[in-house]
Amino acid sequence: MRNQHKSRFLHQNMALHDEMKYSEFPDPFDKARKEQGCGEMNDQDDPVLMLLRHKDVRKCAHNWKTFQSGATPGRIVVPSEVHIRQTRQIPFEVDPPQHTAYRALVEDWFRRPLQPWYEQKLGALIQRSLEEALSAEQVELVREFSLPLQSRALTLLLNIPLSEAETWISWGTHVFRSEDNPLDSSKANVLYDYIDQQIARAMAQPGEDLYSHLLAADFQGRKLTTEEIKGVMILTFAGGRDTVINALTNTLAYFAGQPGALQFLRQQPEMIGRATEELVRYFSPLTHMGRVVTEDTQLCGRRVKADSRISLCWASANRDESVFERPNEVILDRKVNPHVAFGFSHHKCLGAPHARQLLKGLMHGLIEQVQSIEILQAEENMEHWGEFDRKVGFRRITARFHSLS
Amino acid sequence: MAKITFITSQGEHLTLEGHTGSLMELAVEHGVPGIDGDCGGVCSCATCHVHISPEFMPLTGTRSEIEDDMLEFAENTSPYSRLACQLTISEDLDGLVLKVAR
Repeated sequence: MRNQHKSRFLHQNMALHDEMKYSEFPDPFDKARKEQGCGEMNDQDDPVLMLLRHKDVRKCAHNWKTFQSGATPGRIVVPSEVHIRQTRQIPFEVDPPQHTAYRALVEDWFRRPLQPWYEQKLGALIQRSLEEALSAEQVELVREFSLPLQSRALTLLLNIPLSEAETWISWGTHVFRSEDNPLDSSKANVLYDYIDQQIARAMAQPGEDLYSHLLAADFQGRKLTTEEIKGVMILTFAGGRDTVINALTNTLAYFAGQPGALQFLRQQPEMIGRATEELVRYFSPLTHMGRVVTEDTQLCGRRVKADSRISLCWASANRDESVFERPNEVILDRKVNPHVAFGFSHHKCLGAPHARQLLKGLMHGLIEQVQSIEILQAEENMEHWGEFDRKVGFRRITARFHSLS
Repeated sequence: MAKITFITSQGEHLTLEGHTGSLMELAVEHGVPGIDGDCGGVCSCATCHVHISPEFMPLTGTRSEIEDDMLEFAENTSPYSRLACQLTISEDLDGLVLKVAR
């Protein structure tokens, strides 16, 4: 009897240990960041020098003249998309001053999430997802929670009917890029063909959606071309898909492993804003983004040649111990948090207001309805960048939600 | 309670009464143009950049290293630049006048 009791206790402890492990996202860049400040990786024979320190990342993000975004379309993305995409993503792959003009066209639209009516509608979508999760025996968080919620929320950002989310959900999680082969263009074409059709639809029947907004916009005295509109829409779809799905899933995994954290926010809901920034810092859903060097220069003691590539490693900068106290801990009420999880300077994430509202809404929903989340099974999603292996999220993670009432 | 005057880039003077929180929160709550406070006040976005009127500088204290770093890459900076999220409302700031940087 005594042994049985002990065995059950050990089992519970192991389960707790596993759940805590799921809520941990280690920093693989620690040693290289301290010792060299950079790392190297090959990418389809177009190598990338990864900048790892907070100061270097911000400095180079700001210096668009030497570290450009307006290179061959797809080249600043890692892995490179030059072989699978010709359309330039806008304003993402454009430098000032043209970037400024493009950004001005879409900035107000992407700030709509800050309006109360948007927050309310988003809250209703989150409520629906949580109710579905609470009523199910178990939920696979990536495909059954985060993907549907990300897709439904995107209909709000685009201002199109909710039913359209069903199409995007049906694509699954790997529609934009083949998981094992970055040169598989058939995956990317699903999205590009879909956007072509939607632009044609909006041209035939203009409405109040983002496509129609772009079609009607005046850009430096002319209309945007179809190719330019396609560039904005590809960015909107691709930029906010995996990143948002990972942010949502990881947030749930975090609260599963740290039930005290939910209790803390229940007692101090005014800290949800800071908690959002802290979780985004900790998860850094986008590991890094590239730039193309326009002139010979020096970076972390190395000579860097014109037309080579660097990347700004947001994930590493966000764990820089010279900036963040106890960088590997989640401190939900962290007061000063100059993270770069949404990028930095001109190209800071256009979808950030939407993403922030989604995470805030999720946390409000969780503290109001969910007592705890139990992880039943999980497989981590590891990224491989040269010498660095980074956990960015989960391939699948099954959980059971326990209601507060 | 403190009365704070924000001068927008359009030259509009908005005098607001604040009791607690930061100057950024006060501005966002009243929709002061040019102050967004995207990050909610954790010093990560620099969308609450203001210029303090020189005569009020002694009242606002000095910038932290992190605030300095944020402002290093902000546009339209001056020796009087501050991030409004890093300034806490207190009676000492009653009468403060600041210009919105953008």
